[in-house]
Amino acid sequence: MADTDATGTTVDPANWSCPVPLRDHPVIVMGHGGGGALSGELTEHLFAAAYGNETLAALTDSAAVELGGARLAFSTDSYVVRPLFFPGGSIGDLAVNGTVNDLAMSGARAAYLSTAFILEEGVGLDVVGRVARAVGAAACAAGVTVATGDTKVVEAGHGDGVYVNTSGIGLIPQGVDIRPQRAAPGDVVIVSGPVGAHGVAVLSVREGLEFGSDVVSDTAPLGGLVAAMLEVTKDVHVLRDPTRGGLATSLCEIAAASGTGVVLTESAVPVPDSVAAACGFLGLDPLYVANEGRLVAFVPPEHADAVLAAMRAHPQGAGAAVIGTCVAEHPGMVVARTGLGGTRVVDLPLGEQLPRIC
Amino acid sequence: MRYIEEFHDPELARRLLDEIRATVTRPWAMMEVCGGQTHSIIRHGIDQLLPEEVELIHGPGCPVCVTPLEMIDKALAIASRRNVVFCSFGDMLRVPGTDRDLFRVKGEGGDVRVVYSPLDALEIARREPDKEVVFFGIGFETTAPANAMTVHEARRLGIGNFSLLVSHVRVPPAVEAIMRAPECRVQAFLAAGHVCSVMGTAEYPELAERHRVPIVVTGFEPLDILEGVRRTVRQLERGEHRVENAYPRAVREAGNPAALRMIEEVFEVTDRAWRGIGTIPDSGWRLSDAFRAYDAEYRFDVGDVRTAESADCRSGEVLQGLIKPHECPSFGTACTPRTPLGATMVSSEGACAAYYLYRRLEVAPVG
Amino acid sequence: MCLAVPGRVVGIEDRDGTRMARVDFGGVVKDVCLAYVPDAEVGEYVIVHVGFALQRLDEESARASLELFEQLGLLEEEFGDAWARAEVEGAVPEQATEQEGVR
Repeated sequence: MADTDATGTTVDPANWSCPVPLRDHPVIVMGHGGGGALSGELTEHLFAAAYGNETLAALTDSAAVELGGARLAFSTDSYVVRPLFFPGGSIGDLAVNGTVNDLAMSGARAAYLSTAFILEEGVGLDVVGRVARAVGAAACAAGVTVATGDTKVVEAGHGDGVYVNTSGIGLIPQGVDIRPQRAAPGDVVIVSGPVGAHGVAVLSVREGLEFGSDVVSDTAPLGGLVAAMLEVTKDVHVLRDPTRGGLATSLCEIAAASGTGVVLTESAVPVPDSVAAACGFLGLDPLYVANEGRLVAFVPPEHADAVLAAMRAHPQGAGAAVIGTCVAEHPGMVVARTGLGGTRVVDLPLGEQLPRIC
Repeated sequence: MRYIEEFHDPELARRLLDEIRATVTRPWAMMEVCGGQTHSIIRHGIDQLLPEEVELIHGPGCPVCVTPLEMIDKALAIASRRNVVFCSFGDMLRVPGTDRDLFRVKGEGGDVRVVYSPLDALEIARREPDKEVVFFGIGFETTAPANAMTVHEARRLGIGNFSLLVSHVRVPPAVEAIMRAPECRVQAFLAAGHVCSVMGTAEYPELAERHRVPIVVTGFEPLDILEGVRRTVRQLERGEHRVENAYPRAVREAGNPAALRMIEEVFEVTDRAWRGIGTIPDSGWRLSDAFRAYDAEYRFDVGDVRTAESADCRSGEVLQGLIKPHECPSFGTACTPRTPLGATMVSSEGACAAYYLYRRLEVAPVG
Repeated sequence: MCLAVPGRVVGIEDRDGTRMARVDFGGVVKDVCLAYVPDAEVGEYVIVHVGFALQRLDEESARASLELFEQLGLLEEEFGDAWARAEVEGAVPEQATEQEGVR
């Protein structure tokens, strides 16, 4: 504590210590599911360590596995969104598109899905029916077959109404090898459309934060877009769908996995005005806001123009834009050129982004 | 005019930067008081664009940094209770108390909710009359009118299950305390624009005169920050120490009289501990007697919280510009963004984290 | 501290005796308490912090600031170093200093 004397208080810098953040949480906190550094640490140090195999250690959105001579992409994801229905979609759309997109990020076209519902005692059948119909419609739109499923019920108070898990498999085309480790200096970084809409749409109906806007979730299946890109060249290096943690998190993960530097031109990242406005008053950075129907691609420079053109010709890629390049400098780091011409280092968020006042 | 994009214009930024470069002749250290300004400076890379003579010292104007440990521990104790809905701005959930943070309390079953406005917390109290709803009323003068009005409304509307845990702080006493430090290097202040939107500028001429420092009321968009720096450098080079308003579109000399009346009615000035700094006389507000019934500290018996602060972090000196981040023995070894010892290493706009990231950038080998 | 954002008042109503506004932040609309800027009118911009309007934004001041920034470059181009030197030495016309002082 500083001295207080007759003339008032002076700052005693030797005693000015600062809050020590508690990184070593002995219990699960929300940040462990936020897609940021805490999620990564949990996966890497707890799960991968416990399971110990090379397929999992690659830590990609979907695993590439060989089975009977075929190369399959295999992925699973659980959906716990609240509220269940939000502008532009529902947990049912996310459950299908999320897994379809995880498979697409290996270059695979999703073939079969499983769905598992965990239902809370007391939830209305009409609600479950709406979610199921959304799953059916989304599967139809994505061209994927729901081949198997499961239902469990938990006691009232032990769930948020409806949780959905989906798993999926799809064939990876011959000659396609898409994974974050393949990013290389010279690669052109392309995003498939405006970012941040999904996260903002969900926030807009969350209790305590509600606001009115025309922002709707961007949830969409990306298998068709990826197929169109692979028609141009099979030599797409990296694909990632920037869901939780947003575009910045995907870029950081790719930079770290490949050991290349990524230079991001901030003004080139398409952000819808209303997303920028919502982020403005909530104090969020659109680069860290979730998307459910966007991908970021790392493409060798010689193919970049043709891939970009193919993306723009596809409905899911109409707003595609080049947002950066890979460089040999600052390996493993993402550096943004700001609109003013300054630079800042883009870092992995710790956990989920929260509205701030500071 | 939308008052945002216009103040991001790169061409005008270049002119302001050219002007600053043309004016500055020797090194100057100025402090931006407000964490929001620090955020903007890092976010737009402004610190990388300024001439090297201009040193921006990131000040203590961030409730995450300065809300006292005791108050965090009280918040944790209240939030842990059954039947309590503890509402907070998102900023405070990561702030560590003695042995945990609000995230952890939530993880252990506490009902902790992030809201945008204290009025949202009041609405929750109205909707859930069987619960005790507590709002964590932290922040500087900018946030005080909102919290004051919320308590005032609670009383007017008879919402008895609402209370406020108050830890408000005021800027001018902190500026005074910083200037009184014998080793103080701060030669000028960029005053926090939104604080002055509420309070006006009347408190500053005396401070500027007594400590012979320029004080320039500064906004938050990139051009506002650059204009604040430009005027500050101009005063310093001329040997002046005046109060200037570089944010006239949102700051009037008299502040916001209606807000000031509400603060006067609901709060009273009190001594307040600043985390890491210590108690500064008259540097905070608490609820006045008339509103004591809505004070969570009184409603919940939390007088017995025991606090223990870690002593290894020297970010206090960093925040005053007394040492550079890398001069701290823990910097880059015991203390990194992955394993931070102090708040300045936690968020990307923290002085130590920013310094750490750029050091990595500068020394990164070409691979 | 103090994230406060400009928005345009698009509607005003009385709610439980409190003056509230619908404020448009560029495609996003939020309820905002107008008690501290009671004379703000529909169409005007206010600066909003945690759901409260704190001040009306003064368009004239904003334009004056932007014009000043534009002149900086022009003055330099027209008058070169001499003007800048004169300014450093404090030989600026009284008017200019006044104009930029505390309002």
